[in-house]
Amino acid sequence: MIFTAFLYGLLVVSVLFNGLGVIGLHRFPDVYTRLHAATKCTTFGTIFMTFAVMAYSGYMYYTNPDQTEYLNMSLHTLAALVAILITNPTGAHAIARAAHRVGIKPKFASVDHLAKKEGYP
Amino acid sequence: MDESKAFVSTFLLALFVYLFLTLAAGRSMIEGSILWSVEELVLGISIALIVGAVGSSILCRSGNYRMLNPLRWLIILVYCVPLFVEMVKANMDMAYRVITGKIDPGIVRISPKLKTDLGITALANSITLTPGTLTVDVDDETGDLFIHWINVGKNPTKTIAGNFLPWIRRFAE
Repeated sequence: MIFTAFLYGLLVVSVLFNGLGVIGLHRFPDVYTRLHAATKCTTFGTIFMTFAVMAYSGYMYYTNPDQTEYLNMSLHTLAALVAILITNPTGAHAIARAAHRVGIKPKFASVDHLAKKEGYP
Repeated sequence: MDESKAFVSTFLLALFVYLFLTLAAGRSMIEGSILWSVEELVLGISIALIVGAVGSSILCRSGNYRMLNPLRWLIILVYCVPLFVEMVKANMDMAYRVITGKIDPGIVRISPKLKTDLGITALANSITLTPGTLTVDVDDETGDLFIHWINVGKNPTKTIAGNFLPWIRRFAE
């Protein structure tokens, strides 16, 4: 019972941060700030979702050691977590770089050192 | 000598990934006492041999074998803890900014002075993972990073990368 509450807690945190990502996507003014909301809040939320899956499957394996597919599920979720942690920032970086290359300027920006380096005002 | 070293390290990495993904996947844990069945091990070793033959020239392109040291992998695991703490702190800040909409964005240049590709990649990904900062571009010659910062402050190199740099120097340099 306490364990179920713990799982629900993890899932609520996850949904909360994924929801914040969606709100940020609507509220922020340009592509860079939207990337902040759309990639980072969702990464953080999804981490908690994988924690919930790992806790659940680890607990199920602990209570029925015969069913090794629960251990397998836990390990595969860990592999998915590592993949998310590596690919999500890389994808955000690729989008931001492409946006800056085609000349989208950050709105309301107080400094832009990259524009200085690339030579356009 | 160098080629066989590259082959062996690629083979071991591929075998490790295969064994990790198939751990406890079959019924061998119930029938016998070992984690993998013999068929699984044979298949894993043959696939790892193929991967080692094809991929060793790509994986070990830099010719530097410092990552073979298991201590460095241990440090990467330990590094996950401060990274996660930073993510929690920064996500609270991000939630505040999403709700109130108070932002002061800008692109700043930081010079972490890391020498290896792995170090720069790890730092860029760590910076992107902590909300409020997003790596936009990298200067290939000097290793400087261009960071989109949602709330521009003073002394960007220390504020953004200060907590990660000692850890990344420990495992990547």
